[in-house]
Amino acid sequence: MKRIYMDYAATTPVDPRVLKAMLPYFSKKFGNTMSLHSFGQEAKKALEEAREKVAKLMNAKSGKVIFTGSATEANNFALKGIAFANREKGKHIIVSAIEHHCILEAAHWLEAQGFEVTYLPVDRYGLVDPGKVEEAIRKDTILVSIMHANNEIGTIEPIEEIGKICKQKGVYFHTDAAQSYGKIPVDVEKMNVDLLTASAHKMYGPKGVGALFVADSVKIEPLLHGGGHEFGLRSSTVNVAGIVGFGVAAEIAKKEMKSEAQRLTKLRDKLIKGVLKIERSYLNGHPTKRLPNNANFRFDFIEGESLVTFLDMKGIAASTGSACSSESLQPSHVLLAIGLKPHEAHGSLRLSLGRWTKKEEVDYVLEVLPKIVEKLREISPYKGKW
Amino acid sequence: MKQSLPYSKQIIEHFKKPRNMGRIKSPDAIGEAGNLVCGDVMRLYLKIGKNKKGEKIIKDIRFETFGCIVAIANSSMLTTMVKGKTLEEVMKIKKEDLIKKLGKPLPPIKIHCSILALDALHEALYNYYLKEKLTMPEELKREHERIQKTLGEIEQKHKEFVEMEKKGLS
Repeated sequence: MKRIYMDYAATTPVDPRVLKAMLPYFSKKFGNTMSLHSFGQEAKKALEEAREKVAKLMNAKSGKVIFTGSATEANNFALKGIAFANREKGKHIIVSAIEHHCILEAAHWLEAQGFEVTYLPVDRYGLVDPGKVEEAIRKDTILVSIMHANNEIGTIEPIEEIGKICKQKGVYFHTDAAQSYGKIPVDVEKMNVDLLTASAHKMYGPKGVGALFVADSVKIEPLLHGGGHEFGLRSSTVNVAGIVGFGVAAEIAKKEMKSEAQRLTKLRDKLIKGVLKIERSYLNGHPTKRLPNNANFRFDFIEGESLVTFLDMKGIAASTGSACSSESLQPSHVLLAIGLKPHEAHGSLRLSLGRWTKKEEVDYVLEVLPKIVEKLREISPYKGKW
Repeated sequence: MKQSLPYSKQIIEHFKKPRNMGRIKSPDAIGEAGNLVCGDVMRLYLKIGKNKKGEKIIKDIRFETFGCIVAIANSSMLTTMVKGKTLEEVMKIKKEDLIKKLGKPLPPIKIHCSILALDALHEALYNYYLKEKLTMPEELKREHERIQKTLGEIEQKHKEFVEMEKKGLS
């Protein structure tokens, strides 16, 4: 049976070019970046070259790119590192209601440590209103963290504007660009960000590597103390092979982003147009301000896990924000934040495209999906009305 | 299909080809369990008949389910277990019996989905006894009260969750 991967927002395969570049660093060039001998220097050189490539793709001309073990770590580092380094200045942090769990959970933890957090609402497309950010900023606000693009519904936030406001108010601004870095232009200067999170495995690099950009002016405490790696901000023996992979992935993205984004946008819009022909189906997220590879739908009267399972049986890998697929049995906080009722959120489906998605695969999904929706509606007690 | 799902063959089989799916036109009783908030709602339709001994049996049963793979598979499985059985036999079916039939152990988070089908059946029987003005078996009454109580708790929990979210957003 055909197997079609439409879950690139969850993770991506490592590009063969990336893998090829990584391989020598597992065995031949295995040195520790902190060693003084030639093995160490070889590794150190590879690390710094990768850092430059990753920095280039976000147009970071100054400041530091600090490699971490994941985007989750980078986000935790940003929030907790800023909070603890600046608590004399204030104890207030602003995030949006649709941030990734690693931001929200870090924020909750900081609340338990005595910090105050404002969770900004979004509109029905998932957009944060920059005016609301401005209103929420207080004298004791030390950090605003708003994601660049949402991982579930693909909405791209007005980061540049929010950044401008934060700059004027003298508040640090962090953006989680795990979903956007490598897919759409990310420019730390233009976006007015002080901190930015990126992830390797969302853009054809390996898992286990993330990065946090930190501008020179930022006061931040490390999470990990030890041998003083990564400018003393992230001690740990450096994952050279993974980071080399991240660097090459960034290099490839820089070269291919423009044409690839155009190609994916076309495929995405074809997919959206086709799926919305299904009766009582809806697009979640913004029609145009969205990642080129993200399509997120909901279908009345059916439940997402069943839908994803049937799709899987037909060889199509997708994901859902249904409660049934979560540990908490609560539907996706993102879908609730854009105003969906729980039963509506249960019927959501995310299809995310990537470097190896072909037109034929989109056609196949458009052929299979309506039949599955129909079948599940036959089983459902809700027919025509809730 | 690659065996990537954490479910047994039995569950996958029933999910792919649900038995006794749909509605009965003029049912003798309907039972509903679950809640849209948590994502599983099940409706069972019963047609009651009599066997040669004159005992009441489940002559026909149909289900409709809004829910995940376990919920759908379970509804289907339960209908095959009770069709043709006397009401007395049916009432003896325990949730353990149903879970056992489903093959390998379910992930803990899915246990509640698997109990739902039985809840819907008990609700249908309860409604049948009520409608026919028959003496209500004590265990059915207890089950009914338990099911209604859980339903109330889910609604309460959800209300609290929504309020918490709202508070967080203000």
